[in-house]
Amino acid sequence: MTDQARAAQAHTSPGPDGDGVAATRRRPRRRDHRAYLYVAPAFVFVAAFVLYPVGQAIWISFFRWDGISLATWVGIGNYVAAVTDPALTQSFAHVAVLVFFYAVLPIVIALVLAALLQRAARLRGAGILQTLIFLPQVIAAVVIGVIWVSIYAPDGLLNTVLRIFGLGVATRTWLGDFSTALPAVGLIGTWVEIGLCLVLFLTGISQIPRELFEAARVDGAGFWRELFSVTLPALRAPLSVALTLTVVAALKTFDVVFVTTGGGPGTSTTVPAFQVYNLAFNQGRVGMATTIGIILTVLVLLITMLIRRIAPKDDL
Amino acid sequence: MRLSRPEAIVNYAVLGLFALISLIPIVGVVLTALTPADQATASFAIPRSLDFGNFVQAWNQGRFSQYMLSSVIVTVTTVVVAAVFSILAGFAFARMRFAGRNVLFYLMLIGMFIPLEAYIIPLYFEMRDVGLTDTYAALILPQIAQSVAFGIFWMRGFFAAIPSSLIEAARLDGAGDMRTLWQVLVPVVRPAVITMVMLTFMWTWNDFLLSLVMITSESFRTAPLALSFFQSQFVTQYALLSAAATIVALPLIILYAILQRYFIRGMLAGAIKE
Repeated sequence: MTDQARAAQAHTSPGPDGDGVAATRRRPRRRDHRAYLYVAPAFVFVAAFVLYPVGQAIWISFFRWDGISLATWVGIGNYVAAVTDPALTQSFAHVAVLVFFYAVLPIVIALVLAALLQRAARLRGAGILQTLIFLPQVIAAVVIGVIWVSIYAPDGLLNTVLRIFGLGVATRTWLGDFSTALPAVGLIGTWVEIGLCLVLFLTGISQIPRELFEAARVDGAGFWRELFSVTLPALRAPLSVALTLTVVAALKTFDVVFVTTGGGPGTSTTVPAFQVYNLAFNQGRVGMATTIGIILTVLVLLITMLIRRIAPKDDL
Repeated sequence: MRLSRPEAIVNYAVLGLFALISLIPIVGVVLTALTPADQATASFAIPRSLDFGNFVQAWNQGRFSQYMLSSVIVTVTTVVVAAVFSILAGFAFARMRFAGRNVLFYLMLIGMFIPLEAYIIPLYFEMRDVGLTDTYAALILPQIAQSVAFGIFWMRGFFAAIPSSLIEAARLDGAGDMRTLWQVLVPVVRPAVITMVMLTFMWTWNDFLLSLVMITSESFRTAPLALSFFQSQFVTQYALLSAAATIVALPLIILYAILQRYFIRGMLAGAIKE
């Protein structure tokens, strides 16, 4: 929902004492009370539909509750179960695999593509390429799921292409196979996130002085040399933004899993966000589901803060 | 500086390959949607004749006319209300001094950073207790809350960057707070408002989890939720499914085509802005 803002936080100070605010200090004090009228409508909504349920979620996570009968206090029992019960821990293991496909893979691919585009400075249609490759970012995940279900279908595009290249033995029901379902879901994420990373990196590269590249080429630097000694060092800030956005997207994966595999085959593609929904609304384990939601949130916040800490604060 | 010919060829080949990979799924689904239903397969192919029958069927028998209307009602209400509230509160946080300002702002930030997954379950019971599940309100109220939590943070930054002289000039002309805000400041930050509206439109339109949890009756189904039901119902009717998927994605693709500058630059400005 607010992943962009999350990344923004990686590079701005969170306090409300930004520039411009100081300038208003000379304002007469008598106006001040009217500020509450400006803030109230927004605050009421956030308090009622975010802060209050968040507080309730923390409370519920200490109970065993089916959503109907009386709840039983279990203390930190749900948290213990979430990190010890193999049926629950596996969803966190799956999401770790997804981080590779949603974050690592697209960042590496986008870096290489950005560097290629940079070297071919006068490439025709680079702008159009950027626009098109970014498109999956604005399409509903449900739509993306539907598209990829047909690509992965037994007579789908992927198997057809494999047969054309004489690799008929490799064809399979990608989303129905225990060994390929999770990577298949992950590759959907790779496809979605490449565009975001590429546009971030191209924007970063456009701020590098051209003389740096020209100097490197005069020195005879090839593609890889240029990538590692000129491009990469200048891209630390966009890299941390890309990392934040893609890792959080991976952790929160739900729609695509729901539409493509429903957590299956077996439980081979269950992820935490899917467990939150499934345990609460299909299995009547409301306390447990809420606990997983809170653990997921803590993970998201911790990783966001961690990336923010290692991110450079001086540039951009 | 020119590249050597072999390198240029490799560059074009790699870039072309990835352009194809990113495009084929999207072009493919549109082509499948345009293929007569009895010829369509899961493999994308160029149809021999264009057939809009799948769109007509998804729109009428598939009832996507109704689902799209639901999505429009939810999204437009959310975006308009959230924009007004975000501008008001963002202005106050940037330009007014009042007791508890920092505490209130940090509470709003919490609202922005906590993902829906953390509180969707208590939110469901909260809505059920007041009898709002299975209504548009169950979608609109939480969507407004999430949108303003972001919108305040977003607008506050832009209002804070406006030179004080502009506000003082408006005051000298006798404009009150409200007139200064809506007639002087909002026009100045118009691009930021457009970007905010685009982003909240996109998040609300594309929402799935909230609708899945809150809506059980067919009459309030949003378009993405309906598409997921459609998918489990018509698993192998690729032409019909593709048409429905295209209908759901189309409003945002059109907006993106017109306002891509705001989308891309806005999403990155959100990420890089100091």
